[in-house]
Amino acid sequence: MIKADKKLCLRCSGCVGVCPQSALKLTEHGIECDPERCVECGICVSFCPVGALRLEKGKD
Amino acid sequence: MQSYDVVVVGAGPGGSGAALEAARRGLNVLMVEKRQEIGSPKRCGEGLSRNAALRMGIEPSPLWIRREVKGATAYAPSGKFVRIDYKEGPEGWVIERKAFDKFLADMAVKAGARVLARTEVTGLLREEGIISGVELESEGRVRRVRSSLVIAADGVESLVAREAGLDTTLRLPDAVSGVQFEMAGIEIDPDRIELYFGNEVAPGGYCWIFPKGPDTANVGIGVRKPFSRKTAIEYLRGFIESRPGLRRGSVLEVNSGGVPVGGFMDNMVTDNLMVVGDAAHQVNPIHGGGISESFVAGRIAGQVAAEAREARDFSEAFLSRYNKRWWKERGDMLRKVLRLRMVVEGLRDEELNWLAENLRGEDMIEFSKARGFAMLAKLLMKRPRLIGLARKLV
Repeated sequence: MIKADKKLCLRCSGCVGVCPQSALKLTEHGIECDPERCVECGICVSFCPVGALRLEKGKD
Repeated sequence: MQSYDVVVVGAGPGGSGAALEAARRGLNVLMVEKRQEIGSPKRCGEGLSRNAALRMGIEPSPLWIRREVKGATAYAPSGKFVRIDYKEGPEGWVIERKAFDKFLADMAVKAGARVLARTEVTGLLREEGIISGVELESEGRVRRVRSSLVIAADGVESLVAREAGLDTTLRLPDAVSGVQFEMAGIEIDPDRIELYFGNEVAPGGYCWIFPKGPDTANVGIGVRKPFSRKTAIEYLRGFIESRPGLRRGSVLEVNSGGVPVGGFMDNMVTDNLMVVGDAAHQVNPIHGGGISESFVAGRIAGQVAAEAREARDFSEAFLSRYNKRWWKERGDMLRKVLRLRMVVEGLRDEELNWLAENLRGEDMIEFSKARGFAMLAKLLMKRPRLIGLARKLV
């Protein structure tokens, strides 16, 4: 499960593009993660230009 | 239900190129943009070369030019630089994307397309499994629009193509993490763009200063895994802090984004759908510029849309002529440039310094067009460690 820090996130959606599971989406609440799809690979966390994403293992 | 010949998803340069071309050829076109304003917020350094404008077939206009660029200076880590100067006229412009993207969308409107901002595609419609239109949401209201053809120009996130079953995921090594501050009150070279390379300053990418006025500029960075060890914004802050002319500057806007620099797709179509622009990774992988690439690809897709309408055939087999034309016109060259990216990313700082001593500005321009590789390979061969890299070029 991925959590986005709304204070850091610039809503650029780059993470959406690199997610191999199509688990991320930009909504009016910011970046949201679908826990059913997320495989906790952390690719989006590595990508994020501003360090806004955090991996919370095993939580949904 | 309203019906169109083609629905274009996304009103960036890729979408507008497609909408313009399709509308010019008599198609009934709807282009939708999910954001409330076309061209904003930008995910772009806003550089447009003269060659790129020529490729797009547009005349430079005061409506969107912020600054004329006379040349470029590329810095190696040692401070050694290569000056790129153009003999005939300006090298290009730093533009205002917000104005530029609207200008392109307006061209499509003048050709007959209908454009709606703040309208999001929330899903594809299917009849017996075949794409038959889109579901739109605007101001909380949902409606359906019928269309035999969808052109997905929805940016790096590429959700529409994915829903259609195309794998457009951008692989991490091909994804530049970009951040940019539009700055004011800074001391810069107001007539030249500046590029800074090095494994400490911008691993896997570069820092840029693109002037928008005498003391204003887009100051940005692109970095990439596996080379980078911090976030892009940390590298950018380090770069700005290291430069007295920038350190005390003001920040007018903050942007970020993912830039595809590789991952070109052999197939960009499926039944009733074509993908263009960042969504299809159509970016020059050596500098990350994608405005003209998207627009040109969009225009090819728009042509093919008109031909498909004429033939009443929207199958993958028919639409694949878009693949064929794009690869011939742009893809083959861009794939060659990708090899250059792979060489540059393998260089140590000391080797970048050495290259800067041995290259001329004209060489750099040639390289970005996939020319002059034999000359570069010959130079790299002089150093035993670089022979393997040199082989990638020939």
